[in-house]
Amino acid sequence: MDQKRITLLAGHYGSGKTNIAVNLAFRLKETVDRVTIADIDIVNPYFRTKDSQKELEAAGIRLICSEYANSNLDIPALPDALYSIIDDRGQTAIVDIGGDDRGALALGRFAPGILEENDFEMLMVINRYRPLTRKPEDLLAIRREIEIAGSIPFTGIVNNSNLGVETTKEDVLRSLPFARAASELLGLPVKMTTVEERLYKALEGSIENLFPLRLQHKIN
Amino acid sequence: MADKVLMKGNEAIAEAAIAAGCRFYFGYPITPQTEIAAYMAKQMPKIGGTFLQAESEIAAINMVYGVSSAGKRVMTSSSSPGISLKGEGLSYIAGADLPALVVNVQRGGPGLGGIQPSQSDYFQATKGGGHGDYRMIVLAPASVQEMADLTIKGFELADQYRMTSMILADGTMGQMMEPVSLDYGEPKTFEKPWAVTGTKMQRPHNVVNSLYLVPEELERINFERYEKYKQVEENEVRFESYQMDDAEICIVAFGIAARVSKNAIASAREKGIKVGMIRPITLWPFPKKPLCEAADKVKAFVSVELSMGQMIEDVELATRCKKPVLLCNRAGGMIPTVEDVLASIEKANGEGGAF
Repeated sequence: MDQKRITLLAGHYGSGKTNIAVNLAFRLKETVDRVTIADIDIVNPYFRTKDSQKELEAAGIRLICSEYANSNLDIPALPDALYSIIDDRGQTAIVDIGGDDRGALALGRFAPGILEENDFEMLMVINRYRPLTRKPEDLLAIRREIEIAGSIPFTGIVNNSNLGVETTKEDVLRSLPFARAASELLGLPVKMTTVEERLYKALEGSIENLFPLRLQHKIN
Repeated sequence: MADKVLMKGNEAIAEAAIAAGCRFYFGYPITPQTEIAAYMAKQMPKIGGTFLQAESEIAAINMVYGVSSAGKRVMTSSSSPGISLKGEGLSYIAGADLPALVVNVQRGGPGLGGIQPSQSDYFQATKGGGHGDYRMIVLAPASVQEMADLTIKGFELADQYRMTSMILADGTMGQMMEPVSLDYGEPKTFEKPWAVTGTKMQRPHNVVNSLYLVPEELERINFERYEKYKQVEENEVRFESYQMDDAEICIVAFGIAARVSKNAIASAREKGIKVGMIRPITLWPFPKKPLCEAADKVKAFVSVELSMGQMIEDVELATRCKKPVLLCNRAGGMIPTVEDVLASIEKANGEGGAF
């Protein structure tokens, strides 16, 4: 994938954005010196990039995240350091956006700067095994809502179709026609298909742009 | 193979409620159960149902009272502090013998507490919370699938016995994602000849009320209601017996604590300690009989809880204090680890009946 300076991950609630964001940051760090991962989730106080704080810092990846993430203070706070993503063009950034249009609202304030620079990828994470996005048509409404709230148009799709720990190779293969149909309907290319690490070997070669995911551990 | 979907526990409750024929949801947002309201807000308008974000938890529970009076399946959901606010309404619903489904996805307390998972509303759910003599059927799911299954069951039991079913989950159950099968078919329904649906001038008025002007009548109603509760205790106890055949130590745990305990049991058995678990699925009615029977076989019990020790009192009562009961607990939103539970198992095994 042609690497843009800013990669934005948005999509339906619970589609897997945060986990993909963290994995993309680690992958990016292999080839790029200054990598930043930014968490602008204002919807969900749990399952945050901060769960991987130690690993990210150890790898030399900068994490910008509300200091209240994973705490008992359940407020939609954004740290001021987020503006550096737009202003400091020497870094390559992955931005994890909260679910649905509510989550994308937080993107709106950064949209003018991102659009002006015009070096971004806005990826829609999809999972056909989530109950409210089982048909490609379901994604039309989600796309419209997120684009209105976030003021940035999508440029591609990440097919993250999975059933959690029960996901089989067949489940992933069965999701490919869904992803293709979604791609046609939305007029967006499928940039990658993500699978849990344990399934990667079995699927390697049979799916274009396959990307292995290491699951984040929930810290308590 | 049934077609599965990947759901959060909160979403599974909402989807199962719709499958059960619930078309009325009243609630007020609070972490960690807000996904139930969010899901209902999206889905109810599509199926001709009603989603209403009430001005408060108190308003929501009284809307439940109203819709239930009219004979329709209805629910509300909240988390610990919000359930406290609903206390008055829960008592009125019990006093009027109305069916309702109430969900509590518990968080740490007391007071505003925190947003991490907890089981410290056990007393509130099983012993009252509202005023007066009453009971609720309290269901404790330990997986996302059970969040869905027990929601369906909760509606059925509520209608059958004309009382509140409460889903007592914790923040983990609400937030975790697991594959779920939602293949339920037609919901089981019950006649409601008592509902206020209009007489059409063909029958006397039905009255839904909890006020009785004559004390003898109020006493009679209370005794009759407790006859009904006795039936629930006889017919509706649910529990899972796990590796109890040869067990010398019996863990008692529900919800997330039971899941952690299963891992601890595997570790303990690798070390040669014979340990099993009785997992209450109904917290009321409590599985007294299997626990009392186990007390004649095991040397000690371990109650694993995300509270300062609440269910442990019911374990001691059910086992008539025949054997020691240890407490393994975390509080304030923390979850006992496998190591915590294993240490308690080893302690119970080492000391046996000696403490």
